[in-house]
Formats: sequence, structure tokens, C-alpha cells
Amino acid sequence: MNKNKEQLLNKRYKAEQRFRLYGQSAIFMALLFLTIFIFKIFSTGYSAFQKTWLIVPVTFDAELMMLEQNPSKEDIQDADYYDIALKSMADLDPNANEDQENELKRMVSYFFEKEIKNELLNDPSLIGKTKEVYLTASDDLDQVFKGNYPRDLPEDQRRVSDYQLKIFDQLVANGKVESKFNISFFTNADSREAELAGIASSFMGSIFSILVCLMIAFPVAVLAAIYLEEFAPKNRFTDFIEVNINNLAAVPSIVFGLLGLGVLLAIFQLPRSTPLVGGITLSLMTLPTIIIAARASLKAVPPSIREAALAMGASRMQTTMHHTVPLSMPGTLSGTIIGLAQALGETAPLILIGMVAFVNTIPGSPMDPAASLPVQIYIWAESAERGFVEKVSACIMVLLGFLITMNLFAQIIRHKFEKKWS
Amino acid sequence: MNLILFTFIVLLGFTSYYFGRKKAYTIQSTKKRLTALPQFYGYYLAIWCAIPAFIIFSLWAIFEPTIVKLLVLNDYSNQGYLDDELNLIYEKTKALSRGQFTGEITPFIEASAEKYLSLRSIAQSSKVVIVLSIIIASVAYAYKRISSNSRTREPVEKFLNAVLFTASLAAILTTVGIVFSLIFQTIDFFKVIPLFDFVFGTHWYPAKAFVRDSSEALDPTMYSDTFGAVPIFAGTFFIAFIAMCVAIPIGLMSGIYLAEYASYKVRQYAKPLIEILAGIPTVVYGFFAALTVGPFLKELGTSMGLEVSAESALAAGGVMGIMIIPFISSLSDDVITSVPQSLRDGSYAMGATKSETIKRVIFPAALPGIVGSILLGVSRAIGETMIVVMASGLAANLTLNPLESTSTITAQIVVILIGDQAFGDPKTQAAFALGMSLFLVTLCLNIVALRVVKKYREKYE
Repeated sequence: MNKNKEQLLNKRYKAEQRFRLYGQSAIFMALLFLTIFIFKIFSTGYSAFQKTWLIVPVTFDAELMMLEQNPSKEDIQDADYYDIALKSMADLDPNANEDQENELKRMVSYFFEKEIKNELLNDPSLIGKTKEVYLTASDDLDQVFKGNYPRDLPEDQRRVSDYQLKIFDQLVANGKVESKFNISFFTNADSREAELAGIASSFMGSIFSILVCLMIAFPVAVLAAIYLEEFAPKNRFTDFIEVNINNLAAVPSIVFGLLGLGVLLAIFQLPRSTPLVGGITLSLMTLPTIIIAARASLKAVPPSIREAALAMGASRMQTTMHHTVPLSMPGTLSGTIIGLAQALGETAPLILIGMVAFVNTIPGSPMDPAASLPVQIYIWAESAERGFVEKVSACIMVLLGFLITMNLFAQIIRHKFEKKWS
Repeated sequence: MNLILFTFIVLLGFTSYYFGRKKAYTIQSTKKRLTALPQFYGYYLAIWCAIPAFIIFSLWAIFEPTIVKLLVLNDYSNQGYLDDELNLIYEKTKALSRGQFTGEITPFIEASAEKYLSLRSIAQSSKVVIVLSIIIASVAYAYKRISSNSRTREPVEKFLNAVLFTASLAAILTTVGIVFSLIFQTIDFFKVIPLFDFVFGTHWYPAKAFVRDSSEALDPTMYSDTFGAVPIFAGTFFIAFIAMCVAIPIGLMSGIYLAEYASYKVRQYAKPLIEILAGIPTVVYGFFAALTVGPFLKELGTSMGLEVSAESALAAGGVMGIMIIPFISSLSDDVITSVPQSLRDGSYAMGATKSETIKRVIFPAALPGIVGSILLGVSRAIGETMIVVMASGLAANLTLNPLESTSTITAQIVVILIGDQAFGDPKTQAAFALGMSLFLVTLCLNIVALRVVKKYREKYE
């Protein structure tokens, strides 16, 4: 009997331990996913911040460039750089036949003409001389140099030919290949060529969308929250508004995209693919988040504040505007920032309103077509070229960096400025 | 022009605030008692100055293009043009008046371009005149009221109250907007495709509808077997099911652990870390699923002799499950912590271990809340878009094999609507019909979940 009891007790304790272990392993699993995730993104993405350059001697032959004696600035601007650019690449291998010359040309980006031109524009005295110029390597060679490209594949399955690899290895051996910090990733707009593609256009698109979203959602949400929390009578109608807000907060984001498409684009005829429409759509999405946060922080202001103000003869509007609202601002602001961070990461609604279009210029206003950072991630992730994989991860790193900064900022506002009432 | 006028109105508003307040001081200096604080006199004047002007201004901006268009196209009204042709003529007219017209300029269009320009200039100048006279009239009225020292605080506060109330209608307006944008397209869709075919049809090939000539578009028989949504609905619930298989055990157990077992320190670090998972944009999960999990599962399957599609439902559902973990864990954590301590104490006093208390006392007590949180998680999973678009297939297979690719409502909406859309095309309308069903399903889930959670909260408060 006693023994039986002990066995039972042991069994119960074991069950207890098992249960505890389940809990621990659940937490462990969740954190493991997070770690794998972050690790994967960083390990594929960090190399995108480096860019491979080929150092190629270029002879600025006035004749080939169709330049006269003592050319003016405009002449240099309009000169023909294709021939000298081609020649300098072909000269890498003096014995190359025509096919091989073509392959040599494809070792650098199609931007190489412009890079040579910029060199001459910076220093017009180079005409007739030879100078070593940094040219952007093609994305495949860039990947080879970073070790991301399997060199042992059979040649016909590779986008880099054996011949290109041979010349490239020679260049590496001569120290004519250099890896530098990839500034163009931050300053270039999107491009079909991975080596030239940058996040500037989508970054500006995101900034504009978020600004539009902030300018619409913040005032409307704060005013709505003030009304619902401080002035609204308790009746059916305000209950209905409340149910509406709670439901909107849980409506899938893609439905807001359909709203943007069906109402903003089709009925109001706003310009497609622009951060303006994107921002309005996102503002409708963030509205409930901000309203809920603002109401919570209004509710947290103790009634004694209101009573004191009313007792001093302030009207209800004065009490609210002069005392309750300012005291609730820290909470409202941090809720707003969190809502904006959510909007910043949103993709699906923006795709539906056409912000997925290929944009190779940097937008200057919310009325210009643009992509946004998450949409850029989507566009690049759907591209087949290997060079885009690291770009996607790098773009994700930039986006996550932003989100983390915004969330930290929200935390700081909350902890620094929020009054604790107790 | 509009911008200048707008700035002008704003500046006038500020100036009238200043003058209103100044007037209040003058009244005060005559030893009269003011009816409100001086700034209310300012607000009163400013509101009267700016608001009527803004209303006229925005009405003008809304109606001017339509009226100008009507007047310009009036010349063509008796010549038997179709609506589309008239629109084209109007576009040409506008392009010509901006000097951006490339093409043959006919005298007709030149004449309407001239008419367009003159109408526009008349409209502009009359707008300025009307807005200015409105401002003068309303300021004069308000100034008179101020001078006679009548009440200003009450009207100002009433106005503010009205503004606040209008803002609170935004949520309703958004809901109305959603329903409005979905319903017309959906109705048009069901005029062509019978509801029965949509709900019970098992073949979904919207691409088939796309290649057809638009002149045949209204023949309903050719769309039979094109818009059967069963594979889509099945795929949606299947992927959501896989996601919940990952999210419920992990999310629930971590919620329980954090609420009942974890020390303060563990809780302090683990909870925010898990919540990071909820803050990661879904497109990032999609990329992770497509680039890492999909190929990994394929390789794993091949090594075990299974045939796994690179875009499998398992990859998409699994990653989606990871995304939903924090929703379930933090909601169930909240729910469990709000179970009253007395229930725990009673159970411990009877000699139950901690896990027995959790399983037999706390869990049943918290069950409604937990169910609510799971329902919210399901609604998330059904509405999730980017993971499915990127990691699961886009072809709608009717399958229950997690290793094959399937498609979901959200993914189909994106597939159909990406790029240019032609409104009025059954394919575009199909996307809106799918959106409508998605909205209805998630709405029901949300309402039920929110109600369950609310009931539960009330029980212990």
C-alpha cells in the first residue's frame, strides 16, 4: 500500500517534470527559430555590403572617342565611350577572338561606359593617357569572388564561362580585383542587374508612404480616441464604433489593398504605384492600432486629474485638451510608432495598388511611382539571378534595423516620459 | 494656384485669431466682463474665417473637373459617340491643352482644348473671388458677434466636439469602404459566374479567362470550370491547419511556461524575444520559407525517398506557424495570469502538483480565453499573404498532401491583381469575390474570438 503510494507520487513528480520540460522546450524552440532566422539572414546578407571591382587600364584615345583637339566640357559629355570601353576590356587578353571579346565585355556591368566617362569628366587631362579605372564587376563574378558561386559545376550550367574565370583568376593574381564597401547599394535605384541594384528608390518610397500614413492616421486616430474615451455617450452607436475598430484591427492586410484598389484607384482616380496611395491605404490599416493605444493611455490618466481641473472651473473640453491629452501623449506616441513600424513592414496591400512596378528612378515626391522596402524584398526574391539573394538579405537587414530602431524609440518614449500613477 | 489659395486661407485664419483676441482685450479695457477667455474670441473668429472657405474650396476641387468635362463634351453630345470615345476625346483635349499631345491635331480637338483652357481659367478666377467673398462675409458676421460680446466658448467647443465626432467615424467609414469596394465587383462577378459554380466547383484556372478576347467576355458558358473555388478554400484551410499544428503546441506551452513557471528574469528576457517573432515583416518570413525551409524540406524528403515539391504547403504552413507562435503565447499568457490566484491556492492546498493544477484547474478556467486566442491565430493564418505567395505554389491543386504545393485565397488575389488590372474583367472580379469571402470568414472568426475573450475577461473582473 505504502509502496504503491510512493510509486504514484513518483509518477506524479515525473509527470510534473515532463510538463515543465515541454514548456521549456517550447520556449527553446521559439527562440531557436528566431536565432536560425537571424543567423540565416545575416550570413547570406552581409556580403552584399561589399562590392567587387575590376581594375582595368583604360586608354583615353581621343580618336576613338571622336573628340577634337582641346574639347570643351560638353564635348567630353557627348563623346563616344563605347569603343574605348570595349577596347580596354578586350585588351585584357590580347589573343582573344571575337566571341571571347564579348565574354570579356560581360565581365563588367553594362554601366562600364559611364564609369569610364565619369573618370574622364573628373579629370579631362587624361585624354590620350592610360589610367587604371575601377569598373563594377558583373554580378556573377562578384558572387564568384565572394565565394557564393559554385565553380565546380559543369560549364554549361554556369553563367560564368571557363574563359571568364581564367581571365578573372589572372586579374585576382595580379591584384587587379578589389572589394570595397558597396556605397551604390544605398545610393542606386532598383536595376535589373544585381550588381547595380540599390535600395534608394524603395527606401524613399517607404519614407514617403510612412509620412503620408503618419500625417493622416495620427491626427484622425488621436481625435477619434479622445472622442470615444472622453466625450462619447454610452449608447448603441458608440458601441458599434468600438466593435468596428476592434474588427478593423484584425482584418487581413490584403483586404485593405483591395480597398485601396477599388476605392482610391478606381473611384478617386489617384495615381497608381505612388507612395501617396500606399500611405493612405496604410493609414487606414494603422488607424485602429493607434486608436486602441491612444484610448489605453487616455484611460490610464487617473480621474483625479480631470476632477481637479473641473473643480477649478475648466470646461470639459479645456480639461481634456489642457490636461488629459498632454498626459496621455507618451503612450499615444509610442503606440503610433509601433503602428507605423507595422505599416513599414507591410507588403501585400502595396502590391495590390501597384507599388510593385519596376522603378529605376529615385522618387522625389509622394506622387512619383515608387516601391517600398518590403516590396523591394519581394521583387528581388522573385528574381532568378543569384546576385539578388544577398541583396534581399541585405535589404531585410536594413528593414529590420529600421523596425528595431523604431521599436526601441517607442520603448524609450514610454519609459522616459510616461508618468506612473499609483 | 490651389496651394497659394490654401496657404492664404491658413494665414488669414491665424491673423483672424490674433484680431479676435485683440478685440477681446479691447472689450476688456472698457471694463466690460468677457464671456470667455480672450483666446476663445480668437478661435471663434479663426474658425469662422477658415472653415467655410475650406468647405467651398474642397467642394470646388471635387466638382470642378466633372463640370468642366461635362461642358467641354457638351459640343459632342449629339454626334452619337460612345462613352469610351468621349473619354478618349477628353483625354486628348487635356493633353493638347498641356502641350503634351503627340498625334494628329484635328480642328475639333483644338477647339475643345481652347474651350477647356478658357473654362479652367474662368473656374480658377471665380473660385478665388467666391472663396474671398465667403471669407469676408463670414469674418464680418463673426466679428460683429464678438463685438457685441456674445458667447464664444460654447460655439468653439461645440465645433471641436463635432470635429472629434467626425474623426471617430473614420473607423466606420473604413469598414464601409471595404464592403463598398468589395461588394460591387463581387455582385458583377456572380452575374457571370453562378454562385454555385464558385462555391462547389473544383477547378480554378483564372488564367484561362485571361487569354480570351474581351469581346466574348460576357458569354458565361465559357467560364464553366474556370472559377471553382473549392481548391482555393481547401488550400487556405489546409495551410492554416499546418500552421496551427506548429503554433498551438509551441505557443500554448510557452504561454503556460511563461505564466506559471518562469522566474521573473526568464520572463523579462524570453517574452520580448518571442514577441520579436511577431514584429518581423511577413515578406521576410516568405523569403526565409522560400529560400531556406523549402529547399531544406526538399532535400530532406529526397534523402528519405519522398517526392517533395520545392514550394510545398508544409514549408509555407510551418513558417506561418512560427509567425503565429507569439500571438498565441502572449495572449494565452495574459489569459492564464488573469485566472484568480485563489483557484491555484485551492488546488495546491489539496496537494496537487503544479502541472496538475495547470492541467485540471487553470487550463479549464482559462479555456475560453485560450480558444479566443487560437481563433485570432487562425484568422491571422487565413489572412496571411506574403508567406504563401512566396513559398507555396500558385497553381490551385486540390490535395491533402502537405508535400505538394497548394494555393490560398490571399495568394490567388495577389496573382490575379499583380500588374495591370482591367476592371470589368471576370478575372479581376474573381479576386474581389475571393477578397469578400476572406473578409467574411475572418470577420466571423474575429467577432467570435473577441466576444469569447471579452466574456472571459468579464467573468474574472
